[in-house]
Amino acid sequence: MSERELTMSEALNEALHEEMERDGGVLVVGEDIAQLGGLFQVTKGLLERFGAQRVIDAPISEAAQAGAGVGAALVGCRPVIELQIADFVSLVMDQVVNHAGKWRYMSGGRVTVPFVLRGAVSSGIGMAAQHSQTLEAWFVHAPGLVVIMPSTPYDAKGLLKAAIRDDNPVVFLEKRLLYSRPGPVPEEEYTVPIGVADVKREGSDVTVATYAAGVHLALQAARQLAREGVEVEVVDLRTLKPLDTETLLASVRKTGRLVVVTEAAGTGSFASEVVARVTEAAFSSLRAAPVRVTGKDVPMPYAASLERAVLPQVEDVVAGLNAALERVPVAEASS
Amino acid sequence: MATTATSDDVRTLEELLLRMWRIRAFEIRAMELFEENLIRGSVHPYVGMEAIAVGVCGALRPDDLITSTHRGHGHCVAKGLDLRRMMAEIIGREDGYCRGRGGSMHITAMESGMLGADAIVAGSSAIAVGAAHGLRLQGRENVVVCFFGDGAANQGILHEACNLGAVLSAPVVFVCENNQWAISTPASASTRIENIADRAAGYGFPGVVVDGNDVLAVRAAASEACDRARAGEGPTMIEAKSYRVTPHSAATKTDLRPPEELDAWRARDPILRFSRYLAEEQGIEPARLEQIEEQARQDVAAAVEFALASPRPDPEAAIEDVFAPAEWLVPGRLA
Repeated sequence: MSERELTMSEALNEALHEEMERDGGVLVVGEDIAQLGGLFQVTKGLLERFGAQRVIDAPISEAAQAGAGVGAALVGCRPVIELQIADFVSLVMDQVVNHAGKWRYMSGGRVTVPFVLRGAVSSGIGMAAQHSQTLEAWFVHAPGLVVIMPSTPYDAKGLLKAAIRDDNPVVFLEKRLLYSRPGPVPEEEYTVPIGVADVKREGSDVTVATYAAGVHLALQAARQLAREGVEVEVVDLRTLKPLDTETLLASVRKTGRLVVVTEAAGTGSFASEVVARVTEAAFSSLRAAPVRVTGKDVPMPYAASLERAVLPQVEDVVAGLNAALERVPVAEASS
Repeated sequence: MATTATSDDVRTLEELLLRMWRIRAFEIRAMELFEENLIRGSVHPYVGMEAIAVGVCGALRPDDLITSTHRGHGHCVAKGLDLRRMMAEIIGREDGYCRGRGGSMHITAMESGMLGADAIVAGSSAIAVGAAHGLRLQGRENVVVCFFGDGAANQGILHEACNLGAVLSAPVVFVCENNQWAISTPASASTRIENIADRAAGYGFPGVVVDGNDVLAVRAAASEACDRARAGEGPTMIEAKSYRVTPHSAATKTDLRPPEELDAWRARDPILRFSRYLAEEQGIEPARLEQIEEQARQDVAAAVEFALASPRPDPEAAIEDVFAPAEWLVPGRLA
């Protein structure tokens, strides 16, 4: 096994290079993705290698980019659309929800829409209310879409390759703060299967189910609690839809306690869905009420002190874990 | 009436007439079936506009593609779809094009070049652009026609799609079916310009206004636009001025349109005009013209018979075909 390390943006870039090389039907569309290589360099070098017909600097028309992606997919191409900032999904929701996600079903299963919409989730760096949302719940709620949120360069590369090869529309949300974070990525070709969670840390006392940035919060919190003799299991869901309920439930059945962490606003969040599924399927295994650690239900503020107060921090996860472990009252744990 | 190309033989002209009569007969029967509660939801009849779909599709190759609208039956018939499977779909039966999942507004038949009808007004415009670009990537010399209405002309996505189509020089033809009314709002109240096709200048491609009740004029304009598209010269917008002489939908009981306006357009009926032309200029016997009309009626009657004999979809199968087959997809389960 290679010891090579890549950042997440390098890993994603490698995934695109490999899939475009492998399949002439893969094309990449977005703003500033060709000449510039993308604001976060995820599409760097693609234009030079694959040309302007397959690597398209599109006008600032997010809805048309997404719609064009659906159209290209319907005729058998495999478009990857880059949303520079994930918040811009509000401009493309009709194309994604009413078109990408429904076209196959509306046709009675006669067409496929192999389409990937990538977007950078840009919270945590002072980009304020219109550039900092974590919106996976919107897509999970809409039928027909696969939703993926990777936490490591390895997973990001393997899952993007799997997403491009999948015959379904995929919403692939990347946490911008993780782009520059390095991690091991082997030289050898691989994919990461869609719909399979990954236990990032094993433990027997309490389960944290999370994804993307939440994984790193959870691992830090787990290290803190380990010093107090508490063993936290961190389940990285990786794919939110389809959800790997087997891995999730197996973990909760082992620990009897559940904390769900997401940076998204809490109300109607995917954390709520995870709690509901676990409660329905494994109520008798739960030794305490599940706890959600989420962002606050406010537009993201700009100032660092305010943004920090809105996004879940490591100490919030620790508090959530203590609540699930019944070490402190729940009321104190919820920030 | 525009003069016919010299290469037209009588059989080609008769086929245009037959398709127009098929649309007319199909729509009238569909409205009756709605009143008989055999059709759910609604039906948006294409009566009075038959020359547009038949004229445009008369300029297409069998493997060219179209996208359609909520008022899409006419496009399907003109593109050569099977009336029996169309009617089965509209009645909600298993032998319908979409196995009863789509209904009147979502008929899809890729094998006939029908990318899909789309009930989001202007929703398929960017899809048409992407499909056109995708076809070109695949080395195919096909065009994609995007049908839309005067109401759709004021949707933002259409603007984005036209501009994106222009910058990509995509082989797409935008066909605006200006039937004067968006349910109860006249086009004159929705825009300050006389011709929607004038907007094409803003995108840098030609805009053409054509008499939408003259099937040969429509076909000539479409042929020219398709030639341009195939030659890599990019999109054209054709505005076909016409009128729907039936209400917005079978479920719309209130019609605000002035009766004298309706009468004036009825006098310009595209089918009767073309029939007169065929009799007077092409010397086709009245008996032959009646025979064509009768054949259309019989085709529709056979379609209804086929549809009513088709089984209702199995409710157990309601969750099928949300997703395309994938490794992660467990048969009989949703994600």
